[in-house]
Amino acid sequence: MLVWHRRLACAGRCTAEPAVLHGLIMATTLQPPPTVNLPTSLQGVNLRDSDAPSTGIWIGIAAITMTFAAFTSAMLVRQGSANDWRHFAFPIILYFNTAVLLASSLTLQIGKRRFSRLDSKGPSNARPTITALYGTLVLGWTFVFGQYAAWQQLRSEGLYLSSAPSSSFFYVFTVLHALHVIGGLLGLVYVIRKLRGGLLRANTLSAASQYWHFMGLLWLYLLILLRVKI
Amino acid sequence: MHELSTHAAHHAPPQGVLRKYVFSVDHKVIGKQYYGLGLLAVVIGMVLSWLMRIHLVWPNFAIPGLQWLSSAGAPGGVITPEYYLQLMTMHGTLMVFFVLTNVPFAGFGNYFLPIQIGAEDMAFPRFNMMSFWVTFVGFCVLVAAFFVGDGPPLSGWTAYAPLNAIPRTGPGQATGQTLWAVSIAIFCIGQLLGSLNFITTTLDLRTKGMTLMRMPICTWAWFITSCIGLLAFAVLLPACILLILDRVAGTSFFVPSNLVVSDQLVNHSGGSPLLWQHLFWFFGHPEVYIAILPAAGIVSHILINSYRRPLLSHKVIIYCMIAIGFLSYMVWGHHMFLSGMNPFSALVFSFPTLVITIPATILVLIWIGSLYGANLQINSASLFALGFISMFVSGGVSGFFLAQPSIDVYLHGTYFVVGHFHMVMGVAAIFGMFAGTYFWAPKMFGRMMNETWGKVHFWGTFVGTYCIFMPFHYLGLVGNVRRYSAFVDDYLAPLMPVHRFITIAALITGAFQIVFVINLIYSRFKGAVAPDNPWQGTSLEWATSSPPPWDNFGGRLPVVYHDPYQYGIEGASGDFVMQNSSEQIQTAREDKKLI
Repeated sequence: MLVWHRRLACAGRCTAEPAVLHGLIMATTLQPPPTVNLPTSLQGVNLRDSDAPSTGIWIGIAAITMTFAAFTSAMLVRQGSANDWRHFAFPIILYFNTAVLLASSLTLQIGKRRFSRLDSKGPSNARPTITALYGTLVLGWTFVFGQYAAWQQLRSEGLYLSSAPSSSFFYVFTVLHALHVIGGLLGLVYVIRKLRGGLLRANTLSAASQYWHFMGLLWLYLLILLRVKI
Repeated sequence: MHELSTHAAHHAPPQGVLRKYVFSVDHKVIGKQYYGLGLLAVVIGMVLSWLMRIHLVWPNFAIPGLQWLSSAGAPGGVITPEYYLQLMTMHGTLMVFFVLTNVPFAGFGNYFLPIQIGAEDMAFPRFNMMSFWVTFVGFCVLVAAFFVGDGPPLSGWTAYAPLNAIPRTGPGQATGQTLWAVSIAIFCIGQLLGSLNFITTTLDLRTKGMTLMRMPICTWAWFITSCIGLLAFAVLLPACILLILDRVAGTSFFVPSNLVVSDQLVNHSGGSPLLWQHLFWFFGHPEVYIAILPAAGIVSHILINSYRRPLLSHKVIIYCMIAIGFLSYMVWGHHMFLSGMNPFSALVFSFPTLVITIPATILVLIWIGSLYGANLQINSASLFALGFISMFVSGGVSGFFLAQPSIDVYLHGTYFVVGHFHMVMGVAAIFGMFAGTYFWAPKMFGRMMNETWGKVHFWGTFVGTYCIFMPFHYLGLVGNVRRYSAFVDDYLAPLMPVHRFITIAALITGAFQIVFVINLIYSRFKGAVAPDNPWQGTSLEWATSSPPPWDNFGGRLPVVYHDPYQYGIEGASGDFVMQNSSEQIQTAREDKKLI
């Protein structure tokens, strides 16, 4: 993974981002504040601790939502445009994957809580937080491999991308979602690296968890959509 | 300059040529890169339009050297009908995506949005750099279509299905169309990254005192445009993904059943060609506003400066732009009146199309009405800004006709539509781009552009543009169909003199653009050195040096005390008070001053 660092030229705020798509804006993380201490009255908005990571994630979420909404409408139109929609057995493993993804959100939330306690007590052992985040990482990859297993199952039934419009949309939705999840996992690796270096800031972690929870929500939506339509 | 600010910068500027000028994360360098890419694209696009115009009136004329570009498309330099369509596709795609989106929005927006809100850079500088380089890759992929297989696609910039999905429909429909789809998908990713940056920067990085309503109008325009772009490109991207799958993976999203192409039954079935049109135009209509809103914002910014008074209402302009942005999502169906859509939906789309003219008209009335009591300064920038209004009105008026399904049925396939959209979004946005260039070149390059040649360029372009595009409306009304590559032997032959006039006007108008390019390049190196505030402007870009230092304000962030356009009041620096001046003034709020 590419990790780029750059400090923005503002006292008390520096920015760095990784170079992965939507998923990774979370990485505005930040180095310890420089020693310039200004009276609050002189601090412009730029000098404050920036909300940019969180805002960026919200905007990314808007774009991703729009993308999947467009695919959904395409699916509905395509289903109605001909009589060739083919229903097939819904891969059971997807329910297992759903549970895994939701569990990964839970561990991330636990990590976030541990991190906030860490923050208030001052720098101390970050081990429990890192463990929780590793939990998310492992569960996240389990989800991705679980999705892969679902694709393998469809392939073994002779259902490929171009076999039927329903299988086309199944692959399009699940693959694109998995790519977004992988983007989030790369971001998580970045967050963990920062945490190990003692450089993680709370707003980065909360931006990351915002994105990750959204991935879970999006998957729930896709699960219901595919379950109903396939 | 009175400034209450603090030392904020605390590290050294980027080092090395590559870091500084090529893979730079500095929004100013990225803005110039977008501008340069747009300039390159506009030159290619304009040359393509010349080739088309020449072919239309002298179909047998051998264009020297063209056979090297495509021996099949232009044997001996004479353009074939198919190659004409291929050139048309590339002209449209380059102009809409890589010029109209790149320059007024991505180019000027990148350069001036952070400065105008008093930030030192974009919120995510790395994404910003990626945004440009991704766009650049998209450009290369598109242009590569000229050189591979049998050339670029011939399906037009809208690439309607199922033409866009089946390789054997014509020359360029194999590799060329695939490259097109990939290029546009890449372009979407670049624009999404850019929009995300614009929105976050505007929301989170405004300097102290810079409330949303104190942002200059062009900052607002870029902000609104990036909101439109974020949602529009997020729909075009899925459309392109589905198209690519149809082309390379054998799916049938857009290809209908029982389609016979070149006497062969097509292997796909069950797709919906109309689905492509819906997805495309759901992006395509907002795209029109992605092109025009930044230009409108730039023009408002310049007009206020050259009127030396605030426009009638700052807030109304912003609300109108927001209304346009919102309505732009409800009108896409008006591009599809002839597509076989349910006639009732045509009616539904017609209504918001007419409604959207209301905020647009209010904008025009404000620009023109504010001339009352103005102390108009004539220079190249303000001339192009006024020219923008002229183009916007002339092109916009024909929109009223086209918005009505019954009239559109007759005019849709004719040159009337070509004249309409070239004036209202094409040339108008280009005028915004020229106005912005003359206005901001001193800030961007630290050198003044030559005013005399600027005026020559304006009059040549202004008159020339009317000579080209006004006759299009007439041609359309008498039934001259568009997309035909020659009119010699049919009922359209009597219209040839008009076409000949247009072609000559296009060549001459094009020649005037050489004046601009020479002026730009010459001034860049030999022009008079620009002062910090050559136009006596009030917004923050004039509160820093020309060109601005790498961190925009030399480590001192400005603090904002006033609304953006405090003109026509006695201030310490003349008839204006800058946004970052802490001077106590009688409010020059437009409402108080003008009634």
